[in-house]
Amino acid sequence: MAETGRLTAPAAYAPSWMREHPVTALRIAIIITVLTGWELLARSGWLYRDVVPSLLSIGRALYETLSDPTFYLHLTTTFYEIGLAMVIGGLSGLAVGILIGGSKLMQHAYEPFLYYLGPCPKIIFFPVMIMWFGVGPGSKIAMGAISCFFPVALNVAGGMREIDKVLIRVGRSFRANTWQMVTKIYMPAMRHPIINGMRLGLGVCLIGTLLAETKLSNRGIGFLVIQSYTLFNMPQMYSLLIVLFVIAIGANALIGRLGGLDTIRRT
Amino acid sequence: MSKPAPLTKSRYFPAILGLGSFAAFVLVVEFLVYADVLNRFIVPPPSEVLAAFPRVIMQEHVLSRFVLTASEALAASVLVTIFGIAGGVLLYQFNLLRLATETWVAAVAAAPLVLMYPLYLVIFGRNATTIVMMGFTAGLAPIILKTLEGLVGTRRVLINVGKSFNLTRSQQFWKILFPAALPTIFVGMRLGLIFALINIVGVEYLINFGGLGQLINELAERFDLAGTYAAICFVILVSIIVFMLTERLERWLRPAG
Repeated sequence: MAETGRLTAPAAYAPSWMREHPVTALRIAIIITVLTGWELLARSGWLYRDVVPSLLSIGRALYETLSDPTFYLHLTTTFYEIGLAMVIGGLSGLAVGILIGGSKLMQHAYEPFLYYLGPCPKIIFFPVMIMWFGVGPGSKIAMGAISCFFPVALNVAGGMREIDKVLIRVGRSFRANTWQMVTKIYMPAMRHPIINGMRLGLGVCLIGTLLAETKLSNRGIGFLVIQSYTLFNMPQMYSLLIVLFVIAIGANALIGRLGGLDTIRRT
Repeated sequence: MSKPAPLTKSRYFPAILGLGSFAAFVLVVEFLVYADVLNRFIVPPPSEVLAAFPRVIMQEHVLSRFVLTASEALAASVLVTIFGIAGGVLLYQFNLLRLATETWVAAVAAAPLVLMYPLYLVIFGRNATTIVMMGFTAGLAPIILKTLEGLVGTRRVLINVGKSFNLTRSQQFWKILFPAALPTIFVGMRLGLIFALINIVGVEYLINFGGLGQLINELAERFDLAGTYAAICFVILVSIIVFMLTERLERWLRPAG
């Protein structure tokens, strides 16, 4: 390990709990500094009024948002779109990943398409999705599914290649058919790449769906965000962004935990 | 005389198969549109999309739009590189700060930051600054993490060599740590550039301002279907070329072996 750190321990005159938990102490200090700086900026008048609203008004907006029943209707719409997009994009990504990862020929013939199309900005497909699926939830689901498809397919294809050949030979020696091979050998052996792909897929699916909602929709959290921009209701916009980030980071952590990613031993 | 090897054994066969499948798909779509199975007001014939390319390039000023998007991406990349590397070095130098904030930076990297674009519209207005700042925000966290990873991963023996030569802290950094971490830092720069580019084109489309992203939005709003598809293909091509170029550069920088 390289030599690091001059700032390795708090000063001797710091309270004992700070010396015992310097990381927590620093975290608290950073949070307090940021919040104080924010509040001072909000009260300074340097920026246009409400561009940086006071913490109190953000807190009030957060409370109002969370206690408003219509918010949950919008949230349900967004969850429905994201859920369906994850199922469609995830399952198709899984199938394509297994097909491509299971054969050298398929890998060399088709994986470059996935590999190079994966990092393209997917939102540019939205006009096409509107034409194909209309302005309702269909186009948002399609956007989410396209976004989710690529990371899942690439991770599963990579995972297929990493499967222990012995396991595959065992399956074949038991004369397992294709379905049995997929469900008994491939899927259990690829649990971590699949979960990793789903985790990445969920992040981009969320982005794809919500961006589509901000562009053209009359329902969903994305619509609420762009509506608060249109009405210049900045405290509500901040509160919605906080809710979105909490949901995104929480869902990401949850998938990782459910999939046991945090239990992988790193050597 | 020996028999020529069959095409399926050729090393070019997979590429031929891939491109051939794509060509076959395009032909099938063309046929289905002409057979009225696919609605041409939803899916234009691929031949029309191909024919729209010169029109889109000439009449829609694709080159100047491309330069605008590229300059926004460049500005965002420069900002991302400067602040990202500085952030990574800062976290490396101060271990306590790293322990306190590394997970936060990783959480930011996973957060859907692009959804902040309405906020940036309010702060910076509907102009190129919003687009550049959005690209910067999206690309910052990966490069901080990769810089940190590169510096932390420097081999102990190299650091000991530096110490045995009594190098100062500055010399140790510039002569040992930074060169050793450079390949990993470049991976971060590449990720940052890709994140920035994705977000820049996306925000251009969403706020209908700027270069290539705006072009797609304009053509779609005019219901110029063939033009919209051609513009989308053009953006995909640009993304692929940028991706391939950065990949080559990364391979070139990576130490052999």
